[in-house]
Amino acid sequence: MAELSIVEAVNDALHVELERDPSVMVVGEDVGRAGGVFRATAGLRDRFGPDRCFDSPLAEAGILGTAVGLCMAGWRPVCEMQYDAFSYPCLDQLITHVGRYRWRTGGKMQFPLVVRMPYGGGVRAPELHDDSPETYYVHTPGVKVAIPSTPADAKGILAAAIRDPDPVVVLEPKLHYRTLKGEVPEGEYVVPLGKARLVREGDDVTLVAYGSMVPVCEAAADELDASVEVLDIRSLKPLDEDALLASAAKTGRVVIVQEAPRTCGFAAELAAILAEKAILDLHGPVLRVTGYDVPYPYWQIEDAYMPSVARVVDAVGKLLEF
Amino acid sequence: MAQVLPAERDLRRVIGDADGVGDREVEGLGEQELLDLFRSMVLLRTYDERSVVYHRQGRIGTYAIFWNHEAMQAGAAHALEDGDWIFPSYRESAIGLLRGMPPETVLSWWRGHPAGWWNPEDYNLASICVPIATHVPHAAGLAWGKKLKGERACAIVFFGDGATSEGSFHEGANFAAVTRAPLILFCNNNQWAISTPLEAQTRAETLADKAVGYGMPGARVDGTDVLAVYEATREAVDRARSGDGPTFVEAVTYRTAPHATADDPRAYIDQERVEEEKKRECVGRYEGYLRRAGILHDELAASIRSEAVEAMRAGIGAAEAEPPADPGLLFEHAYVDPPASFGSDLDELRRILGG
Repeated sequence: MAELSIVEAVNDALHVELERDPSVMVVGEDVGRAGGVFRATAGLRDRFGPDRCFDSPLAEAGILGTAVGLCMAGWRPVCEMQYDAFSYPCLDQLITHVGRYRWRTGGKMQFPLVVRMPYGGGVRAPELHDDSPETYYVHTPGVKVAIPSTPADAKGILAAAIRDPDPVVVLEPKLHYRTLKGEVPEGEYVVPLGKARLVREGDDVTLVAYGSMVPVCEAAADELDASVEVLDIRSLKPLDEDALLASAAKTGRVVIVQEAPRTCGFAAELAAILAEKAILDLHGPVLRVTGYDVPYPYWQIEDAYMPSVARVVDAVGKLLEF
Repeated sequence: MAQVLPAERDLRRVIGDADGVGDREVEGLGEQELLDLFRSMVLLRTYDERSVVYHRQGRIGTYAIFWNHEAMQAGAAHALEDGDWIFPSYRESAIGLLRGMPPETVLSWWRGHPAGWWNPEDYNLASICVPIATHVPHAAGLAWGKKLKGERACAIVFFGDGATSEGSFHEGANFAAVTRAPLILFCNNNQWAISTPLEAQTRAETLADKAVGYGMPGARVDGTDVLAVYEATREAVDRARSGDGPTFVEAVTYRTAPHATADDPRAYIDQERVEEEKKRECVGRYEGYLRRAGILHDELAASIRSEAVEAMRAGIGAAEAEPPADPGLLFEHAYVDPPASFGSDLDELRRILGG
């Protein structure tokens, strides 16, 4: 096994999958000559040629709309959105076509495309380089959504997404693109969608998170005196409900941590599932630690916006005292 | 680099009745092809007129009328090979009839019944695009994808004048140009986007002028002249197939019917102009051409029309004979591999519906 960063693991997955399946191609802004602004696609153009690692015009809706047509021609396009918030123009295609086209054909045609993008804040970047847009995607019928938090999952989940017959959106935690390293299996490696990852076991309280918030939860667990379980959801749709309910049944206390703004965020969905299916297991309310319902701030004050270890510790304290 | 041709200003015509100019012939179209073209136009016209009646009778839902657009649809479709892909907007909802799709499939679509779902690969015909212009990038992607695979197919995408204001039109056209995709961007300029006239849509002198900005040729044709449409589209297809990339075709007509059955154009349209335009509607113009050429006579015209009426009669019968859609279909087809919640949702729904 090699020790890789998250972005290196993404790059590794793309090399392996393009090698394995000649119908896989990468389309995006600056993915070819530059190898991507984060170098996630570095080396692909040299190895597989400019058609299979295509520098697209600067047009996010065009990238995803063209990908729909590429699927109809038998390709499996992997679209890169350069940043989270730059993906908003492609929501039109995602909602009106990507999530609907298979249904519209009575299930006759497949649209095995992937949209992948770096997401999240904490990187001292200008406005609209910091968003956590997962809810828009999860809310769209017909697409799947996954967010890895480790290098191994970044590789395995992207490979699963590329092989999946349905459209999949993969958000990659850009804050940890280079800072978080870990062992990654070499060659073909797939982490199936729909399975959560139990990060650590505990008995008193469960911290539920995904992507960039998993390391925050791990750090909070280190600080707390209590026995803390940490569950990495990693596949938002399909969701591993069994893992969520099992952990809630075990600890009876759940804090959900999400970087995105609070209202109607994915944490609200998880909390609703717990309210519907785990109410008798719970010793206290399901709490959320989230970003605030404000535009993502200028970076001089972004640390105050981001769910911090201190806020997670505070929420766990409240819940244990409940 | 692509040679950028100046977009054409004058409308191309082949049928010469409009202003005393004589009829021309189109190379490669023999008597049989000319009659096939007429059959297609009559089938589309009959589909459209019967659909308005079916709507009034409550047998189909809201319907987007395409009366006087038949020349554009048939002329363009006949310039294609069967392996070429068509991306229709709702205005071309019945263009599949020209590819052998039975009328009941399209009627079912307008009846909101799942029997109106078709497999695009059966006809090389994409699903009807309801939002404006968002299918232009699909067509660009398919055409580019076919080219990358070394296949011969090209694609055509239909949209209206209003669609040229959409971002998706721009992104799709530009993508096609950059990738030199074998695509025909076919604009049916009927000069109205529901109630918004063309002059409120653009300050460009012609829509074909937009082609220059994408580095592709732009052609302008009389959209009520089926042979001019055929000829211009065939040139664009030849260019696409020989690797010269996309072409923008602006076919100019005038919307003489409401936008859809739910629209009342009396509030905004010039009714005198409508009556003028109806006098030169496209099916009648082509019929005159064929009769002057001695190819069509009363008996043949009548039999072509009665075939079309019969096809529609059978079509609406078949559509109405479809059994009611099962609510279980709610949970099918959106995913190859659906979320587990679909199973319990359906169980609960069946329990409640089962009373």
